[in-house]
Amino acid sequence: MENHSIIKIENLVKSFPVGKGEFIALDNLSLGFEKGEFAGLVGPSGSGKTTLLNIIGSLDTPSKGKVMVLDKSVSELTNRQSAQLRNKHIGFIFQTFNLLPVYNVFENVEFALLLQKMSANERKKAVMDALEWVGLTEKVKSRPSMLSGGECQRVAIARSMVKRPEIVLADEPTANLDSKNSHNILQTMKNLNRELKTTFIFATHDEKVMQYLDRIISLEDGKVSKDEKVKDPKN
Amino acid sequence: MIRFIFKGVIRDKSRSLIPVIIVSAGVFLTVFLSSYFAGVFGDMIDLSARFTTGHVKVVTRAYAENEDQMPLDLALLEVGSLKTQLNAAYPDMEWVERIHFGGLLDVPDENGETRAQGPAIGTAIDLLSPGSTEIARMSIQESIAKGSIPSKPGEALISEGFAQKFAVSVGDEITIFGSTMNGSMMFKTFIISGTLNFGNAFLDRGAVFIDLRDAQLALDMEDASSEILGYFNDGVYNDAKALQVTESFNSSYNVPEDEFSPQMMRLVDQNELGQYLSLAEHMSSIFILVFVMAMSIVLWNTGLLGGLRRYSEYGIRLALGEEKKHIFYTTLLEAAIIGVIGSVFGTVLGLAGAYYLQTYGLNLSGMMDNVGMMMPAVLRSKITPELFYIGFFPGVIATVFGNALAGYAIYKRKTSRLFKELEV
Ligand SMILES: Nc1ncnc2c1ncn2[C@@H]1O[C@H](COP(=O)(O)OP(=O)(O)OP(=O)(O)O)[C@@H](O)[C@H]1O
Ligand SMILES: [Mg+2]
Repeated sequence: MENHSIIKIENLVKSFPVGKGEFIALDNLSLGFEKGEFAGLVGPSGSGKTTLLNIIGSLDTPSKGKVMVLDKSVSELTNRQSAQLRNKHIGFIFQTFNLLPVYNVFENVEFALLLQKMSANERKKAVMDALEWVGLTEKVKSRPSMLSGGECQRVAIARSMVKRPEIVLADEPTANLDSKNSHNILQTMKNLNRELKTTFIFATHDEKVMQYLDRIISLEDGKVSKDEKVKDPKN
Repeated sequence: MIRFIFKGVIRDKSRSLIPVIIVSAGVFLTVFLSSYFAGVFGDMIDLSARFTTGHVKVVTRAYAENEDQMPLDLALLEVGSLKTQLNAAYPDMEWVERIHFGGLLDVPDENGETRAQGPAIGTAIDLLSPGSTEIARMSIQESIAKGSIPSKPGEALISEGFAQKFAVSVGDEITIFGSTMNGSMMFKTFIISGTLNFGNAFLDRGAVFIDLRDAQLALDMEDASSEILGYFNDGVYNDAKALQVTESFNSSYNVPEDEFSPQMMRLVDQNELGQYLSLAEHMSSIFILVFVMAMSIVLWNTGLLGGLRRYSEYGIRLALGEEKKHIFYTTLLEAAIIGVIGSVFGTVLGLAGAYYLQTYGLNLSGMMDNVGMMMPAVLRSKITPELFYIGFFPGVIATVFGNALAGYAIYKRKTSRLFKELEV
């Protein structure tokens, strides 16, 4: 398999102003990710996992250091460029599923494509493909309120995958799910990772998630304390 | 995207219902009240035109200065030729003579002795010539309470209130005492052909109507009258035309040195009607201004509440790669959709209300008995073309403006701050 670097982080510092001083959330952190990884950030609460994911997703900006995502330096992007990076190349999955309640399953997934130039037919095909990946083609017309938690998270996965992004960032995606549903969506993501070569980066405390990761990066106080490949992750 | 937003607005009642109700209510009030004022002021002016001011009025300058005393000695002379000249110069107008006079109404008993007496306000109009337009203009037929319109000289109409007070009725004789144009004593007996009830205290109080010819004979006013009123043939007051007519007439007839020379006045020059007219026009602009401000503030607040509720939606949309600017624009688009829906509702409701009040009117005659003003007893609104947009655009503007204020926070915040605040 041909591997090449899609995320490169060098000496990243992220500090937040707190009162008069500042709080260092990420402390001179360096990391790289390659295409097709199924990696996870683990570590105690407050160690900086979410902060790091947000910077990779260009929802937040570095205080110092260099973060290259798909050969673009995120700190140099304009508002529009960073929006475009998210729109075309990065998918997000959150702990709470965050579906838009007034739209049905199909429309929630379609929403992610609305900002792209695409004909209605192309869009429809892409949405149906994505719903097929997560096994929800039967429920296209359902509103989120009629779905189970596991189904909601699968819609969210379809929404993040429908534009076939290079990178999916998943922040505690299983935290609100029971064990069966957790395994279910993890398997779905793993399949997508294999078939579409999408890079997945998780932030998690969940043992179940860790079983599937092929790389586990431990964060502590905003620093990488351990970074190891897993020999034979669950499939 | 518009389709998506439209769906969202329609499906999410909490997003659309209250703003739509607020906008509808405001637009309704604007439309309805505008039509109401247009109607009331319009009717007031129309009533004045018919009964006192004409669209334009010709009197001697001296008469104009003492008009409320009805001074017959200051009346217009040679009205026959004056009318001929007016008809020739302004063929699209109708010119009518009227005489106003004060006097004493005397009711005799069987022996010819005075049984009752009271002050009368006399009006002489053309009642007898065939095709006289004055009867219709003053709604005489509609206002007859008992009896009928005079059909021959020597007959009079008196107000129903007057008739009751003096216990006289149709067929009885009354005598009018007064003074002629030359100041000599005048009395003449008339037979009551009918009684009148205009439903307006100002018009009904002490009213006696006789034919113009009768009055001219009795008052020594051969070829004279108090005034000549001019009416546009289409029945509608047109200030620009009135001004033109008045200026051209005055420049050739009004002689500054001669206080008995005729002068023409527009409707708006008389009885402060000009002020009412401009008040009517300003009223709707004031409404719209107040309405837009009040609505904007209310919608700003509902927009803020709605925005809070949708924080996670905005967060998701940022994460999906929408620019905050675009999110802000779509909230405005959404507001515009809501504004259009609400404004359409409000305009329809306002027009319906206006139509109802135009058709059926609001009868205030019971309350108007002591109103000394020339006001119609039945309030009616008036549907004008501007009602179709007068509330609509302000409704949409207020909604968009209110939401722009509410959404400004989104626009101003840095994306990173915003995303953190958005509870994703
Ligand atoms: N906007 C902010 N202002 C101040 N401090 C912040 C801000 N955002 C994050 N932090 C701090 O940065 C640290 C790292 O936060 P982060 O959310 O990345 O932790 P996390 O590893 O995701 O924790 P958890 O497992 O609880 O989700 C925390 O101590 C947090 O309080
Ligand atoms: Mg976190």
